[in-house]
Amino acid sequence: MIIPRKETRILVQGITGKQGTFWTERMQEYGANVVGGVNPKKAGTEHVGVPVYASAAEAQEGVGFDASLMFIPPLGLKAAALDAIEAGAKMILMLTEHVPVHDIMYIMAAAKEAGTQIVGPNTAGGVTVDETFMGFMPAFNQRIFKKGSVGVLSRSGSLGTLLCQNIVSAGYGQTAFVGIGGDPVIGTTTRDALEALDAFPGTEAVVMVGEIGGAMEEDAAEYAKTMSKPVISYIAGGAAPPGKKMGHAGAIVMGDKGTYASKKKALEAAGVNVLSTPVHVGDALKEVLG
Amino acid sequence: MNFEEYASKPLLAESGIKVPKSILVVDADSAATAAKELGPCVVKAQVPTGKRGKAGGIKLADTPDEAHQHATAILGMTIGEFIVEKVLIEEKSDIKREFYAAVLNDPVSKGPVVMFSTEGGMDIEDVAADTPEKLKKHAVDIRHGFSIGDAQALIAGLDLSGAEAGVSETLVKLYAAYITNDAELLEINPLIITGSGDVAALDCKFTLDDSAIKRQQELSTKGTPDKLTELEQMGEDNGIKYIELDGDVCVLANGAGLTMTTMDVVGHHGGKPANFCEIGGEAYTKGTVALKMVLAKPGIKSLVVNFCGAFARCDVMMEGLLNAWDEVKPDIPVFFSIAGTGDEEAIRMLKEKLDMDPLPDMSAACKAAVDAAKGSN
Repeated sequence: MIIPRKETRILVQGITGKQGTFWTERMQEYGANVVGGVNPKKAGTEHVGVPVYASAAEAQEGVGFDASLMFIPPLGLKAAALDAIEAGAKMILMLTEHVPVHDIMYIMAAAKEAGTQIVGPNTAGGVTVDETFMGFMPAFNQRIFKKGSVGVLSRSGSLGTLLCQNIVSAGYGQTAFVGIGGDPVIGTTTRDALEALDAFPGTEAVVMVGEIGGAMEEDAAEYAKTMSKPVISYIAGGAAPPGKKMGHAGAIVMGDKGTYASKKKALEAAGVNVLSTPVHVGDALKEVLG
Repeated sequence: MNFEEYASKPLLAESGIKVPKSILVVDADSAATAAKELGPCVVKAQVPTGKRGKAGGIKLADTPDEAHQHATAILGMTIGEFIVEKVLIEEKSDIKREFYAAVLNDPVSKGPVVMFSTEGGMDIEDVAADTPEKLKKHAVDIRHGFSIGDAQALIAGLDLSGAEAGVSETLVKLYAAYITNDAELLEINPLIITGSGDVAALDCKFTLDDSAIKRQQELSTKGTPDKLTELEQMGEDNGIKYIELDGDVCVLANGAGLTMTTMDVVGHHGGKPANFCEIGGEAYTKGTVALKMVLAKPGIKSLVVNFCGAFARCDVMMEGLLNAWDEVKPDIPVFFSIAGTGDEEAIRMLKEKLDMDPLPDMSAACKAAVDAAKGSN
């Protein structure tokens, strides 16, 4: 499971912190099915209307959950994620930035064995429009998210938000938004998210927001070739100088690898419409959706 | 964070891998003294970049006099974007064969990959491109590690001139050093077999995972910090990602992707960005210092502020910016694009304090900033 649904039972690890509290409340207002939270120091209490447990394992025994959302600091993430994986989480969404990559790889290996889908780290989260959302996304802002037929995926939360706003202002709306995260090693790749959106009910076109660095967009282009639905893409970082990390650890160009030109070429060869600026997304959707 | 050879090799030695004796010096007289102690030696430029040999930064010296001459030539030389300030004087090795070995974080298998090739001493990217069958790879489950059996399987079938046992052990030690030091990349090129059959590391490249610096504090003091400008250093000190560029249109946005895009769209309209400055994520409360930094660069002509709130709230970022406004009094035109979490409040604050409205979208804001920069020329 990459895209959560209305009925998905969500556990929030780190629910009692400032950000955990603020965003859990926004999720609840939106209709997300938050069933509980985790904080070992506050186990047995209630927070924002749901029970707090000492661990994901106890939460599984108590209320039961499908997906876990993590508001956990970088050096605590490995233990929290392993707890959720052992507790049988189907999906874990990791928002945290600056997590040591060796810890991420440990989580990935354990998740793969257990069949847990990891989304992130370093993502702003995901939105299933009019159903649920997980993370830091402005799902409730109707100038940004509106029910429609466009699936959106993005490495960057802020840029993904911008594309969503442009989609709505052009008169369209979304089925779901998948934020995959800006780190070099992430659980759900561009291609994984593209496949999930392609299969998601009601999706008629996909907007794929990428960035320079790595080879994920090139890999996703291979899948785009096989799709019957149109794919529109914007790739950030065409003007970035080589060899510099542009804020995201994953956004760095080494030699001719991970360049804007390489990604644009692969995507266009797969029949993807690569936009020159994000504000052109409305015109591009008009061409394919009318 | 990159480590130069002199700082990387001790990590191999700590893990039990043999490295030649060496002495780090900063002047030619000390180079000659070191050569006297070591005998025939190699004078190696220490800079955090590759291709040192091709640039003339690595020279053999049979005598202390030769070491003096080479060190004089190499010190002060520019390799890549770096001026050579240190040279490593290393005892000459009796090289019979040169191999390649590395461990790195692999985004595709989402775990460590151990790599080995008999084609050492060359650019490994060329080996991978031209003769991929000569680059052996093993994807590791980091929970279980890399065993001597895994190493033996990796090199099985290769002719290593009788050094198979030594190479397998070295690969296991290399993996251990990679784990201990939170490496993004740990590479030995070349890994040599000496005339007497010993296995030794003649060079080493180590990149520490930047996200692991917080738990590798002591180790990180031995790395080479990125070369930063004064403003970039100010950004780093304040927890803001700031990269100085050579254009005249300043960019201030939230989130890495959005900031890169703002630069791209400035470029799309024919302008040149003066900087990359982002206050997304945890830095979204730092609008005040960000505005000061962006405006401190000489020669700037205009500023585009592009906020698209998700986690970062537009109203909080705007409040920070407006707090700095009276103090810095921007004397260049500023154009805003505002959307997302907290946008209505941010737009209201902008109107109230500066009697300004945002432009209808980011492209319009970037275009206005580019036009303003051109108009002032």
